[in-house]
Amino acid sequence: MNPNDTPTSQDEQATLDAAASARRAGHSRRAFLFKLSLLANGAVGAVLAVPIIGYLLGPALKKVSADESWISLGALDDFPQGETRLATFRNPVTTAWDGQTGDVPCWVRRVSGTTVQVFAINCAHLGCPVRWFSESKLFLCPCHGGAYYEDGTRASGPPERGLFEYEHKLEGNALMIRAGKMPTLASKVSTSPSLTQIAGSTPTGQLKAIAMPKPRCGSCQG
Amino acid sequence: MPGLKQTGMRVYQWFEDRLGLGKPVIEAMVHEVPASTASWWYVFGSAATVLLVLQVVTGILLGLMYTPSAGHAWSSLEFLDHSIKLGWFLRALHGWGSDFMIAIVLIHMAQVFLFGAYKFPRELTWIVGVFALLLTLGMAFTGQVLRFDQDSYWGLAIGASILSRVPLIGGSLVNLMLGGPIIAGPTLTRFFALHVFIIPGLLLAMVAVHLWMVLRLGINEWPMPGRLVNKTTYTRDYQKLTKDTGIAFVPDAAWKDAIFAAAIILAVMACAFFFGPFGPSGQPDPTIIQTAPKPDFAFLWIYAVLAYLPPSLETPVIFIAPILAIGAMLLLPLLSSQGEKHWSRRPIAVLMVAVIAVTLGVFTHLATYTPWSPIMDAWTSDPIPIAYLHNRTPLERQGALVLQNKQCRNCHSVGGSGGLRGPALDGVATRLTEDQIIRQVLQGGGNMPAYGNALSPSETTALVRFLSTLRSDNQPTAIDASRNMVDPQSQTGSPGAH
Repeated sequence: MNPNDTPTSQDEQATLDAAASARRAGHSRRAFLFKLSLLANGAVGAVLAVPIIGYLLGPALKKVSADESWISLGALDDFPQGETRLATFRNPVTTAWDGQTGDVPCWVRRVSGTTVQVFAINCAHLGCPVRWFSESKLFLCPCHGGAYYEDGTRASGPPERGLFEYEHKLEGNALMIRAGKMPTLASKVSTSPSLTQIAGSTPTGQLKAIAMPKPRCGSCQG
Repeated sequence: MPGLKQTGMRVYQWFEDRLGLGKPVIEAMVHEVPASTASWWYVFGSAATVLLVLQVVTGILLGLMYTPSAGHAWSSLEFLDHSIKLGWFLRALHGWGSDFMIAIVLIHMAQVFLFGAYKFPRELTWIVGVFALLLTLGMAFTGQVLRFDQDSYWGLAIGASILSRVPLIGGSLVNLMLGGPIIAGPTLTRFFALHVFIIPGLLLAMVAVHLWMVLRLGINEWPMPGRLVNKTTYTRDYQKLTKDTGIAFVPDAAWKDAIFAAAIILAVMACAFFFGPFGPSGQPDPTIIQTAPKPDFAFLWIYAVLAYLPPSLETPVIFIAPILAIGAMLLLPLLSSQGEKHWSRRPIAVLMVAVIAVTLGVFTHLATYTPWSPIMDAWTSDPIPIAYLHNRTPLERQGALVLQNKQCRNCHSVGGSGGLRGPALDGVATRLTEDQIIRQVLQGGGNMPAYGNALSPSETTALVRFLSTLRSDNQPTAIDASRNMVDPQSQTGSPGAH
């Protein structure tokens, strides 16, 4: 305090001090309320995030079995014995605006009688559509040259495994497959190769399954 | 017309009093930059920004017509190309603009790398730029999906197959990417949301931050050999340089940016006009399998890498290599924020740029021209050259028929026509003995499938007999080298299995 201060100015000073302390108290209260509001917004945000994240992750959390069901590929008689034919089916799960993308192709190999194999169209390497060459008895992929034998086992090129195979059954004369999901290395249906793939369909196939060379450089030529 | 000018100034002032944006914008435009930065080497960043604006504008214009529905997207593009006035040109501008943008962004990145612009204090500018690059590539991939033709359908299949290789959560990631169990309507709509809302929003934000930092920290001065970056002195030195040699960015330095940007936009327009829009190729009908999918130009190199990786390495490389590459780009300015900026004193940096550029170029070239896959169904009707049938036994001619019928020429050429997947068969008898040909045909190997199942014994015999005649008369047949050891008589050389 300046000794020259008049009582009046002392009074003023006291008033100012009181105002400042009131403001400080007010600030502390408002800062607390602001923190409280942050907390409230955090809580509301967290609650809001639940439906948003649930909506976003919806497709990922869906069970595989929910997408798959038994679909008919038509009468078994439509598939000649000893031949491999392209068949198409409408995916069981579609939307009204899927257009042509809802139609899925697959390869049906009728070995003989009721012995049938149904292969996915997607190459086990990166999913490109494999094509069947009846004379050389090979499935060939147009992307990186993956090749598979008639029983779906890997023949050459970059794929690390044979073709994906659909589970199938006969209902009366109708050939049914269990499908509905794009086959990939991660989808459950494709992780275990079917018996025919392990054993091979012919004695030479069996020999081949045993003497199959290890996968090697996918695109080395020669 | 002084009256008009005064009125104009008054109107400007009225807005300026309320908005207050004119002053800072003008200050930013005329701010001083070191004279050495007014260079043709410094024009790529602004050109990339101008291309981004072009992409936003043309993208919005395409959005007036494009229908993001799996059942209609392809037809809406056909409609744009053929039934809407100049729709084809807008599509072409957007497509070529995207290729130019990727090219310019990469050149910009190489330039700032070689000029040491990522060093103190511009580390964060570089890091934000790396994210902008990744987002640009994301725009290119999602844009290719929106074209929704055969290539984009199968491109999605490739993307899903790659994601499915992620350990543990691969399946969930595939579902998340496709939005459903198969590639269909929900897949297209989520890529539409990515391409039109999410990625552009992030990209514009990144570019804004990037530009803000360029303004705040100043344009990187022209590097001089031996002038090292030191965190304690750099800012002072840069300010002194700007004070001593400073010129106004607009107009003294910016005219080069403007000229280059105009040239680039003109080039995009020329490409669009002369080469037209990209696709759409066949309709996205998965049951039409007569297709050979290939990604767009920017991703061809990845397509080639995926062909060359051995199966055992494929999954680890697909997931570890990008993390390492992106991590290295992000860490670069933090690990090397001081020291030499000039390229002549940074041989490893120059070498890296050269090696990466050559690698990307070579892989792109390989992806364009390498016959990984047989040309399906080609050449089966081409005749075997008559010279190869002359003076042959009936069995050997039968073998020529087997070669034709069994589609061997999808992969092997004979007489100059045929696939390039396997070696040409013209001189095969000089390379393989009859025994070796039998083994190769029946068991395969060296990336050739085994044909033991596809050929009957008689067909095999005929085919092998024919192949054993494929050499010119003055070339010796192949001999089993080990035969000389066990059978000295054969050294005189037998005429082979003619």
